[in-house]
Amino acid sequence: MGRRLLVALLVLGGLLVPNAAIAAPAEQGEARLRVAVPQQIDSLNPFLGYSLAATDLFRLIYPTLTTYSPEDFSATPELAESWETSLDRLTWTFRIRDGVRWTDGQPVTARDAAYTYDRMMRDPAAATANGNFVENFASVAAPDERTLVIRTKTPQATMLAIDAPIVPEHVWSGIPDVAGFANDRMPVVGSGPFVLTEYEPEQYATLRANRRFWRGPPKISELQFVQFKNTDASVQALRKGDVDVAQRLTPAQFDALAGERDIAQVRGQGRRFFEMLINPGAADSAGDPIGSGHPALRDVRVRRAIDHAVDKEALVERVLNGYGQVGGGYLPPIFDDYHWNPPRPREFDLAEANRQLDAAGYRRGPDGVRRTPQGQPLDLRFMLHASASADAQVGEFVKRWLADVGIRVRLEPVSDNQVNDRTTAGDFDLAVSGWSANPDPDYVLRLQTCASRPTPEGGGTPDSFLCDPAYDDSYAKQLGEFDPAKRIELVQQAQARFYEQASASVLYYQNSLEAYRSDRFSGFTAQPADGGVITGQQGYWGYYGARPTAAATTSRAADDRTTLLVLAGVVLVAGAVGLLVARHRRATVDERE
Amino acid sequence: MADLTVEAGDQAARGRAGGGWPGYLARKLGGGLVSVFLVAVLGFFLFRVLPGDPVRTMTRGAPVSAEQLEQLRQRLGLDQPLWKQFVDYLGALVRGDLGTSYTYSRPVAELIGERFGPTVLLVGTATVLAVALGLWMGTRAAWRHGSAFDKASTSVALTLWSVPTFWLGLIVLMVFGVGVGPIPGLFPVGGMVSPDTPPVLISQVLDVARHLVLPALTMVAVIYAQYLMVMRSSLLEEMGADYLTTARAKGLREDLVRRRHAVPNALLPTVTLIFLHLGLVVGGAITVETVYSWPGLGLLTFEALRVPDLPLLQGTFIVLAGSVIVMNVVADLLYRVLDPRVRAA
Repeated sequence: MGRRLLVALLVLGGLLVPNAAIAAPAEQGEARLRVAVPQQIDSLNPFLGYSLAATDLFRLIYPTLTTYSPEDFSATPELAESWETSLDRLTWTFRIRDGVRWTDGQPVTARDAAYTYDRMMRDPAAATANGNFVENFASVAAPDERTLVIRTKTPQATMLAIDAPIVPEHVWSGIPDVAGFANDRMPVVGSGPFVLTEYEPEQYATLRANRRFWRGPPKISELQFVQFKNTDASVQALRKGDVDVAQRLTPAQFDALAGERDIAQVRGQGRRFFEMLINPGAADSAGDPIGSGHPALRDVRVRRAIDHAVDKEALVERVLNGYGQVGGGYLPPIFDDYHWNPPRPREFDLAEANRQLDAAGYRRGPDGVRRTPQGQPLDLRFMLHASASADAQVGEFVKRWLADVGIRVRLEPVSDNQVNDRTTAGDFDLAVSGWSANPDPDYVLRLQTCASRPTPEGGGTPDSFLCDPAYDDSYAKQLGEFDPAKRIELVQQAQARFYEQASASVLYYQNSLEAYRSDRFSGFTAQPADGGVITGQQGYWGYYGARPTAAATTSRAADDRTTLLVLAGVVLVAGAVGLLVARHRRATVDERE
Repeated sequence: MADLTVEAGDQAARGRAGGGWPGYLARKLGGGLVSVFLVAVLGFFLFRVLPGDPVRTMTRGAPVSAEQLEQLRQRLGLDQPLWKQFVDYLGALVRGDLGTSYTYSRPVAELIGERFGPTVLLVGTATVLAVALGLWMGTRAAWRHGSAFDKASTSVALTLWSVPTFWLGLIVLMVFGVGVGPIPGLFPVGGMVSPDTPPVLISQVLDVARHLVLPALTMVAVIYAQYLMVMRSSLLEEMGADYLTTARAKGLREDLVRRRHAVPNALLPTVTLIFLHLGLVVGGAITVETVYSWPGLGLLTFEALRVPDLPLLQGTFIVLAGSVIVMNVVADLLYRVLDPRVRAA
């Protein structure tokens, strides 16, 4: 702090001091990969940090039990080299890899893993970010250095997807208060392909390659995450060569980089799906109706008719500039195995939607707006994220299409947390929602179960308030199904039921748009291999595979030149000021009486 | 003169004047403290009115159990009745404890402390430059009012003043950060430091200075207009005054009449304005800090609003509002020093 203050104070004075030796040249043979990060790292403590930027960082520095393969997201050995399950599927025994070391030289053992999970089970603060992974754990033990035994309360098919960072016991057992621990003593002890060596909050994080990484050292020597709050600025920084990778680009930014020399574009499939919730009659976990959903939407025929009236292709073309896929099943196509396409999709057809609403008995009133059989007009509120421009566009399109089928829509753009609150309370008719799916489908599938409805006290994480016995049945079966092929079938069955009930319409799957400096780096491993992404992966593959070109390993002189130009400017200004002052002095001397 | 005769213990003098220095100081400081207290109270209730359950916001859709939510509520003290939370909050505030941020899991006071320096640097630099530019141009414009210089400088300043800051920031960033046509990109497009700067003090200082250029330039462009306009109008008011005629009659050269006699008098309202705005400008840095990823208070507030992170918002609110109050008091005190008429009153 003191030093920073000093720097701050000296800046203005420093402008006036010429100095020849300013920027030090990069060391020969060193290659630093700089990535522009649009989101903040909320905490370096792996038990607390949950922002995307933080979890990306943890994947690079802490081991996990298993990981997701870069080819197809299948569960792959990481710290655990093999595993077996008991006949009752309640006991899992993991064999821990030998010869893996923490960056301070200590061996990584089963005890570290047991300690980590145990702490998450016992210490509520340690459960902040990843507590859900251990919720179903009955006990964790490490009978020896290389054996980890986990007993679960009920069979759990997601045991190979425990995406929680494992921390070194010898460091963390001395921390009594997890919630108050910043974990910012550099270098942070980890065992992943990179070591965190430097961190300035809101500015940058620097990671050195871990030369002793068990898979072999990365090909780049340093990785740096640089904060850019404004993606427009990060695109400009990429153009200029101030950063090497820019991510989460908008379609317009992505298009603007097309054909640019030395910049390669990556159009990957996204993990996120966007849906329009159609409130089917929200209820809490006790089954009591809550919220203020329009009664007409409780009729599945109305929900299907609304879905018929939404032109998803137009949304992909107009809202996403074509960078996305038309929505259908619940899980995005990036997860090839589980993705499901409706065999008989509800095509965009306003005439058909009108016919279905007529047949269901929702007649048009004199104003052209349909009425429920009880005479209530079909006036729907459509809740949108005021912060998302895509939502505004979707809203306008849907409003127009639904007007054509006799449904009046009022757009309600509100703040993000109001969207969260009001969807949780069932206080909406239509709403834009969306989730990032994981390679294991359990997490998002669970959102549509009866169990995820809010408790009368307000817990729970509901999405569309589906609560359908047939859906719940498929969901429960897939969670206990350990045969991959059968599980896929059950997951697809659940999606088919979800589609049939139309409590939400999956609008589209947005592409993930990235770009990098091809003159400096190549070889980023995409995940999945087909149409994958290079940043924000489920694993460390992208940066681990990056290879520097000859240009990236030689020093750059641009900074020196800029600094010299700045200095020249400063000297000029200082000179001009000096002249003015001198003239002023002379003038007053003349005038003295 | 009057203030020098008033001693702290001189009851007679204090009673008589009522406007002596200590009394004046006490009144202004007392008023300031009351305002700070009201801001603290307002800060507490204002952010309780915001829609949204903080615990829900924190866990943002993660599949957490009801017990986990309850534990989180307890940890944050949200299970307590509102009056109890308020008492705890005031007690902590007196000790300088602004609570713990939800997003960063760190003390709010620490976070604000970290970001305060960069904001003061940015706002300070921009204000100094804007004041210098505004006063100089305002003086010129008034002295030769109606001239081409007057018309051009006033309209340019007003145009920049009314342009959206975010948009202007992006244009400046594109032109001077990336370069357009023959203009090379000279300055960094974001952040406050380049991580690869060698750990030599002078290099680090120069590095920060380079990063400072574009955000400061953007801020100056936006805010100098108000100084120009106030200086211009208050100088115009002085220009017909008799004392200037007297000064001219003494045979003083025109620019001396301006510099020695007119400008000092016209400066009075401008100085007050500068200090009043200094408090506001800290909050006004939000947009510029966001465009240039400048790690200051504005950016912190912006992030806190998006979550929303209640303790952090509360903390930045108190600090921002507090700085307005402090600057108000400073302006009041300064006005008294500068203007003998206030002293006499």
